[in-house]
Amino acid sequence: MASKTYNGYRRENGRVGVRNHVIILPLDDLSNAACEKVANNIDGCLALPHHYGRLQFGADLDLHFRTLIGTGSNPNVAAVIVIGIEPGWTGRVVYGIAKTGKPVEGFAIEGNGEINCVASASRTAKEFAQWASELQREPCDLNELWISTKCGESDTTSGLGSCPTVGNFIDKFDDLGATTCFGETSELTGAEAVCATRAATPEVGEKFMRTWQAYMDEVIEPHKTSDLSDSQPTKGNIAGGLTTIEEKAFGNLAKIGKKTRFIDVLEPAEAPGKGPGLYFMDTSSAAAECVTLQAAAGFVVHLFPTGQGNIIGNPIEPVIKLTANPKTVREMGEHVDLDVSDILRGEMNLDQAGDALIDITMRTCNGRLTAAEALKHREYVMTKLYRSA
Amino acid sequence: MSAPDFIVHDDTDTVGVIVKEGITAGAALSGWVMADDSRIALEAGDDIPLGHKVALGVIAEGDTIIKYGHDIGKAVAAIAKGGHAHTQNIKTKRW
Repeated sequence: MASKTYNGYRRENGRVGVRNHVIILPLDDLSNAACEKVANNIDGCLALPHHYGRLQFGADLDLHFRTLIGTGSNPNVAAVIVIGIEPGWTGRVVYGIAKTGKPVEGFAIEGNGEINCVASASRTAKEFAQWASELQREPCDLNELWISTKCGESDTTSGLGSCPTVGNFIDKFDDLGATTCFGETSELTGAEAVCATRAATPEVGEKFMRTWQAYMDEVIEPHKTSDLSDSQPTKGNIAGGLTTIEEKAFGNLAKIGKKTRFIDVLEPAEAPGKGPGLYFMDTSSAAAECVTLQAAAGFVVHLFPTGQGNIIGNPIEPVIKLTANPKTVREMGEHVDLDVSDILRGEMNLDQAGDALIDITMRTCNGRLTAAEALKHREYVMTKLYRSA
Repeated sequence: MSAPDFIVHDDTDTVGVIVKEGITAGAALSGWVMADDSRIALEAGDDIPLGHKVALGVIAEGDTIIKYGHDIGKAVAAIAKGGHAHTQNIKTKRW
């Protein structure tokens, strides 16, 4: 196996990050413009615009706060500026992130105007950026890594090559005591019963089945207007040879390997609470929504198998793309971090592919930009549970 | 081994996946069964793109399609041995 240590950033709460972002985080849609102005003013700052944050309520509002606070709390983030239209909810996000011990400060637009708010926030952002620029990487252990996975624009080569490569990685890292996560509730349809058998205990398996059934009952069934054959599988999936959701699901499930068992079922954006091991998170199967939730739960590096070539990135969690489809490697090579198409030619086995994925992951953790990072893919997409009040 | 034209996940599967580009009707195909590392031969009945499925035997309308050793849907039209198995002749049993 490749190198067993990497150099990461150890944060105030002991967690380890592999990036060192200073983020300018909007509470709500209205504050995106101010955040982008601050990020334009000060080098080394990254704005995370998104579409929501007004008039949400109940579980949907809880998820909004959990996502924002989790994003700011992620160890890939060194320091945070929060900007909101008003100080109340802005302060709630600041308070949540401050529990990590990292520098965080909030700014409100009402009572100040955007220009004064941007000026004040820019002064603090400059201090944060200069402070963060002096933080040093240090050797960290593999069991301190939190790794998430989700696949996209899958095709039959995903189930043959790229997903089982991630599975080989997960099996190896589970043995090392890492914390890992998969999701995509609806996209396990057809393989849900097999997935449930991969739970560590019958209770966790039952919790998974309840979560899957709730997604069917509350999301899919009440809203579907067709048999979903145009959405699951997607047009890209079908072009790549996937015919049914069941076929897609079994390829998807190959990402959790052959022996690793999941130890708990997480709410969207919920941080793991049972220590090292594999977790299932209840998420949509849309790439940016899922990765945003996993990053908000504290995962610091993402393994993304693709067939036809999904190009997603995330602003704070590096997304490593791998594919086994030789046509995708040829046509969309700039999006691919690891080519495992030799599996299809019988020239590479899964153990070798898993080791190659470990190697590129270690290089990424040491600072190598992923294809998505180099191409500035920063999809930050909130999961919204229902319409606002 | 020489590079396979198609790959079969499980020895109980009724379809395989074409892993080369440019497979045309009439082509002699060599398949690799991953589960038991065996090889099987088949003649392509249709042009089949990379990543699309080939029927390993005659499939009748209504038959369950097996891949990964599991039920992945049902045939809604008959498929000849070596034929292109996809949305025109296979549908989900779920939604």
